[in-house]
Amino acid sequence: MAEGYTNETGQYIGVMINNEQYGIDINFIDNIVRMQRITRVPKAQEYFPGVINLRGEIIPVMSLRRRFGFDDDVFTPKSRILILKPEPQASIGFIVDEVKEVLTLSEEDIDKAVTSDDKNTYISGVGKHPKGLISILNLSVVLQDKENQAKEGG
Amino acid sequence: MDVSQYLEVFIEESKEHLQALNEHLLILEKEPENENTINEIFRAAHSLKGMAGTMGYKRMQKLTHDMENVFQEIRSGKMKVRPELTDCLFEGLDALQEYVDNIINTQDEGTNDNQPLIDKLAKELEIGLNGGGAAAAPEPEKKEEKKEESKAQEPVQNPSSKAGSVVYADHEKLAIKEAASQGLTTYEVHVDLQESCLLKAARAYLVFKAVEEFGEIIKSVPDAQMIEDEKFDFSFVVCVLTKAGADELRKRVLNVSEVKEATIEKASFENETAATGESAESKSEETESKPVSASPAAPVTASQAPQKPAASTQKKAVVNRSVRVDIEKLDDLMNLVSELIIAKNGLASLSPDDFSKKEKRSAFNEQIEYLERITTNIHQSVMKVRMVPIESVVNRFPRMIRDLSKKLDKPMELYMSGEETELDRTVIDEIGDPLMHILRNSADHGLESAEVRKQLGKPETGSIYLNAFQEGNSVVIECSDDGGGINTEKVKNKAIEKGTITPEQAETMTEKDFIDLLFKPSFSTADKISDVSGRGVGLDVVKSKIESLSGTVECKTALGQGTTFTIRLPLTLAIIQSLMVIIGEEKYAIPLGSIDTIEDIPITEIRRIEKKEVINLRGSVIPLVRMADILEVPVKAPEKENLTVVVVVKGDRKAGLVVDDLIGQLEIVIKSIGKYINNSKIISGATVLGDGEIALILDANALV
Repeated sequence: MAEGYTNETGQYIGVMINNEQYGIDINFIDNIVRMQRITRVPKAQEYFPGVINLRGEIIPVMSLRRRFGFDDDVFTPKSRILILKPEPQASIGFIVDEVKEVLTLSEEDIDKAVTSDDKNTYISGVGKHPKGLISILNLSVVLQDKENQAKEGG
Repeated sequence: MDVSQYLEVFIEESKEHLQALNEHLLILEKEPENENTINEIFRAAHSLKGMAGTMGYKRMQKLTHDMENVFQEIRSGKMKVRPELTDCLFEGLDALQEYVDNIINTQDEGTNDNQPLIDKLAKELEIGLNGGGAAAAPEPEKKEEKKEESKAQEPVQNPSSKAGSVVYADHEKLAIKEAASQGLTTYEVHVDLQESCLLKAARAYLVFKAVEEFGEIIKSVPDAQMIEDEKFDFSFVVCVLTKAGADELRKRVLNVSEVKEATIEKASFENETAATGESAESKSEETESKPVSASPAAPVTASQAPQKPAASTQKKAVVNRSVRVDIEKLDDLMNLVSELIIAKNGLASLSPDDFSKKEKRSAFNEQIEYLERITTNIHQSVMKVRMVPIESVVNRFPRMIRDLSKKLDKPMELYMSGEETELDRTVIDEIGDPLMHILRNSADHGLESAEVRKQLGKPETGSIYLNAFQEGNSVVIECSDDGGGINTEKVKNKAIEKGTITPEQAETMTEKDFIDLLFKPSFSTADKISDVSGRGVGLDVVKSKIESLSGTVECKTALGQGTTFTIRLPLTLAIIQSLMVIIGEEKYAIPLGSIDTIEDIPITEIRRIEKKEVINLRGSVIPLVRMADILEVPVKAPEKENLTVVVVVKGDRKAGLVVDDLIGQLEIVIKSIGKYINNSKIISGATVLGDGEIALILDANALV
């Protein structure tokens, strides 16, 4: 679906969500911060636990676990918030269980996902790495139209 | 040498004086006998004239001078204020404004003499004075006389008086000789300024500039830097290499105002020990570069002189980028900075060795917290500096309405309020045009003519209101008139006629839909196109402009009663006063502007109307809004016997918000909660509290 997010050889941040490894294109990552107090925003989508204050800037954070329909987050000392900047003026945080390492994957290492399963549209492909398979996140879908998703979720 | 340091002040002040003149002239038009106003006008005109003169803007000075003469006669009671006269004076102000605009753009007043206007003023003066029974010579003649006089006063040149007062260095002598071989004469221009001259340096600069037109300045006594620093008495000497004659030069220098006297002499050093003529060409080239360093404004060679004006127009960007800041805001900032220094010293005094001691550690933490608080405050204060009262935009509207009133021949009056409402500077710069469009619309389309109004039993003078106020996260500007309102039937027919909508579509459209049609491009209901409005390029431009500022514009109308345009502009950098409350375990901010009262209501006083909880508060029934339910707080506070109710207002409607506890009043910076998260209407933004915690801001308007 969104080939735009995969380069010939791309670097990805490997993160753990519900014991699975996911890769997020490093180009969109602005920062990685430790877990911190999240302020709940009423009436927001259920996969948005709220907003955080990052050096005076208010950033909405999304729970990828909730987004993918897994069990709710359990915050551990390894939990992190990845701050992404998909657009110059808009930031968003992703809550992940753990941040592993930076992975370099070439085009051949990535199998484009062809499954029709609904959840898998969040995945643009599966990367093969000596340490195991890595699901490459399709950011445009993850960030996609909040209202439609909210209807689906609710 | 550069007058730009004075130029900024000049522009700022002329704008102010012009604004004052406009305002007072408007008053004078209504109250011709108002003595204070006349004095005010006279003062402003006089200052303006003085300033223009000092800066060397002759045309502007002349026009102001002639206007001042008129004011003088009015002030002394010899002349009556007549409508033709005020028209003429307003025209004069516009011409002055034009000069100022030219100066802002090019540092030059332009070439328009406005002679017809000056003649008109003179004529008005004559008519006025004769009508008033006093006789006086028409102004232009007076002017001539003065000029004649000043010419007569010019002393006869005395060629020997000042010769030799300039001592030339060897390289300068060489340059002069070199120039002589090229047919250029070296003149010493001895300039005496009037002793009343205030800005000597600026004056000298003008002289330099004038002289530069003729050739290359090779030397000045004292040197250019000293002159720039005003380190000279009232006279100085400029040496110039030129082809022009002495008379020409002298004339030009005398043209600079406040120059008392100028004597031109040929440079003479022949009687001194002549420099050895054997010096190489290279040496003379060297000398050419010397004068440049002495006088940075002087071009390297005479042939480059014409480029000078071009260079000065490029400088314009610097002009008028300044913001006037309320001294209180600066004081706040200053205080915070001094606190910052105290905090820094506090931290510095804690030595790292002491950290084993518990009390020292807590002292350290205290200092850090203190520091945090200060930096947050500084942040806020700096943002406040960017806020400008809307007054700077709207203060030109009374004059505009007055002109429109004359032009359209409809009596009308503009009432403004809330001019002190502050908006971010970027918004202020953009909002002027849309507002003007709407006001012109009101004046042209909205208000009926006097006869029609009379027939309808309305006061003959139409009213236009412009109100600005802050409402939560936004600034609201309301523009209303008591005119005929929008005839939606007419809009409908026009839209069908134009093919914007089909008759079938029209059937299902509501009144509001028709009004929205007005914001469509090229849609106008005016039967005729006037040059005020009606071309159909108004409201859609207004809408797109306001939307580009991420604001909204709404229109409400009542046929026969008038129309109201409501512009809402968000404040991206807004700082508002708010009431901090606790709901469940969460902190929320309610903008103070929308709060009416805070009440303590026993639960026994709650009544139910159609299953909705209401309270009877001093005779008015107010619906209760349980905030904990609306916000779906996860942990609810136990029900208490007395409810804390924050009564909010929107227009004439009220609602009582039930909160769990009050924290207090706080000044907060409104921030967006980001693009990706669903933003319900109840939350207008978020703010970061002193301890880094986030509090969401409730939009009371969405709850009422």
